[in-house]
Amino acid sequence: MEIHEEHRDHQSQHLPRVLVIKPPPPLTLFGDKFISRSFQLLKAYESSLSLEQFLISHAHSIEAILCSGDSPVTLDILRLLPKLRLVVTASAGVNHIHMPECRRRGIAVANAGSIFSDDAADAAVGLLIDVWRKISSADRFLRQGLWSKIGDYPLGSKLGGKRVGIVGLGNIGLQVAKRLQAFGCNVLYNSRSKKPVPYAFYSNVCELAANSDALIICCALTDQTRRMINREVMLALGKEGIIVNVGRGAVIDENEMVRCLVRGEIAGAGLDVFENEPYVPKELLELDNVVLQPHRAVFTSECFVDLCELAVGNLEALFSNQPLLSPVTAE
Amino acid sequence: MEAYHGHGKEKESQDLPRVLLFKPPPDFHLFGDECFSSNKFKFLKAWESPLPLDQFLKTHAQSVEAILSSGGAPVTAETLRLMPAVRLVMTTSAGLNHVDIAECRRRGITVANAGNVFSEDVADLAVGLLIDLLRNISASDRFVKQWLRPRQAAEGDCYSLGIGSKLGGKRVGIVGLGSIGSLVAKRLDAFGCSISYNSRTKKPSVSYPFYSNVCELAANCDILIICCGLTAETHHMINKQVLSALGKEGVVINIGRGPIIDEQELVRCLVQGEIKGAGLDVFENEPDVPKELLALDNVVLSPHCAVFTWETFKDRQKLVVENLEAFFSNKPLLTKIVDND
Repeated sequence: MEIHEEHRDHQSQHLPRVLVIKPPPPLTLFGDKFISRSFQLLKAYESSLSLEQFLISHAHSIEAILCSGDSPVTLDILRLLPKLRLVVTASAGVNHIHMPECRRRGIAVANAGSIFSDDAADAAVGLLIDVWRKISSADRFLRQGLWSKIGDYPLGSKLGGKRVGIVGLGNIGLQVAKRLQAFGCNVLYNSRSKKPVPYAFYSNVCELAANSDALIICCALTDQTRRMINREVMLALGKEGIIVNVGRGAVIDENEMVRCLVRGEIAGAGLDVFENEPYVPKELLELDNVVLQPHRAVFTSECFVDLCELAVGNLEALFSNQPLLSPVTAE
Repeated sequence: MEAYHGHGKEKESQDLPRVLLFKPPPDFHLFGDECFSSNKFKFLKAWESPLPLDQFLKTHAQSVEAILSSGGAPVTAETLRLMPAVRLVMTTSAGLNHVDIAECRRRGITVANAGNVFSEDVADLAVGLLIDLLRNISASDRFVKQWLRPRQAAEGDCYSLGIGSKLGGKRVGIVGLGSIGSLVAKRLDAFGCSISYNSRTKKPSVSYPFYSNVCELAANCDILIICCGLTAETHHMINKQVLSALGKEGVVINIGRGPIIDEQELVRCLVQGEIKGAGLDVFENEPDVPKELLALDNVVLSPHCAVFTWETFKDRQKLVVENLEAFFSNKPLLTKIVDND
């Protein structure tokens, strides 16, 4: 199939190649935005070769990779690409990229910057309102014909006056905080370091949980944050507490969370992410007090268009020796 | 009124002034019969009698001075005529469309509602419905739970859910900028929406653009949020013309009253894709919901529960009791709409 491509794109033969192992959702939906004079996409997923064979046969021409969260850039892949200069990910998170190897080889990494902070924050707040006010559950109730049969729907919980603990006050966390203030919530947070914001800081996520009615997970997945939301934290949150996760599934000890939800040790959850996507623990499917999303917190057409433009902008910057638009700097 | 003040003596329960209840309030079922109780009045429960209502009123309610209307139990002119001593109608709702206000005015009966005690909850639900609608939250939850049941993986069909729409930058038109509408505006401001409104009159202290005509508001918005009361003027105000002005990319959220929208027309527009979606807490003939809506993924449906939170029910109980106690002590009411002065 690649031979066919080479003949068809005779003019673009000399364009640097950008490898795509699995298309990020914005590319799938807005493919036309990735047409550029500066580079050509090399779509491994359209080849009948195995990935390894494909990489070996194109190793000499691949200077960049375009990926996203579900398309990991592993050590093995990096080792097969000696000419690689840049990894562009259509996500904010970089936990799916082997960062130490990139650093060692001087391979730059560009992410989605703060492009979808608003959309992720909107989704987080939407999930919070949904769990407290039982919106999805009530919609189901109505569609099943229970309003006529049973009568009034059960009471939910008011937002105003609730203490909401934000775990990770980065771009997304800050936008969540701003929105929650408009609902009259009290915003608290835990972050790697204290920030110049008017919200109460807790250096310890367990203490944050003990002082919160809800926890909203907005942080990245790192070695420090893996399984950070564990049994201790959930018990501190308590029977009336709820969790919203728009970060990464593995920040929460998922088995423990499922246990707590099933036993009523926490009151509910709104989850956009899971430890082993696309698998969702089957116990969660039966729970009315849990709202589940198939990792869509940034799925808006506006965001996807912006992501495409940013990715293309980063790639074009690389190939014209300009500074990257959204480089990930070592922290 | 003199007879009701004990002059220091312990009041017998029989001497307490009575408040008529037509139907049990939802609070009784959830909180028990004592949730509206007070040592300053007692309830006369019409539903506990085997007599039809008009006979019951003629027999037992001739000296009753106050009515507590809840759960939408209508207070009609007919009912009021059977109660010559009534001076107060207290309703547990904010809406008054179920009370014959004209008859109350004619008779000098004070009408009091639940004021703004649940404005925040209603505003929160309006925003919740909007986010759900634009970001397909309920539809996605349904997708994960139903689609996954035989399987375990949520892959692949994700795109069939349709991509969502960003809130920031959208133009929101609020129909009725009262206490609820203002709180909706404050919330959506924080999401980066731009707000404009239509109301009976322009509000001089408000900086949002005003449209005197709801059709013009619709033509200049992406999102219409219905926050007004139901009156003769607002009945079917959101009609074919307004929906057409709103357009194919437009969405409607209704947390006011069902009949403010021409429901048949709304359903037709949704089914035919003439508007993009709707979030509805109220319907013309509750609890009946047009069956066409039950099959649509671009609507979010809510069983008239915008005020249904534990906190607000408790606040409302407190308000109702305080208002009734104030009434029976000749003190000013905390909330009232029509004065008997």
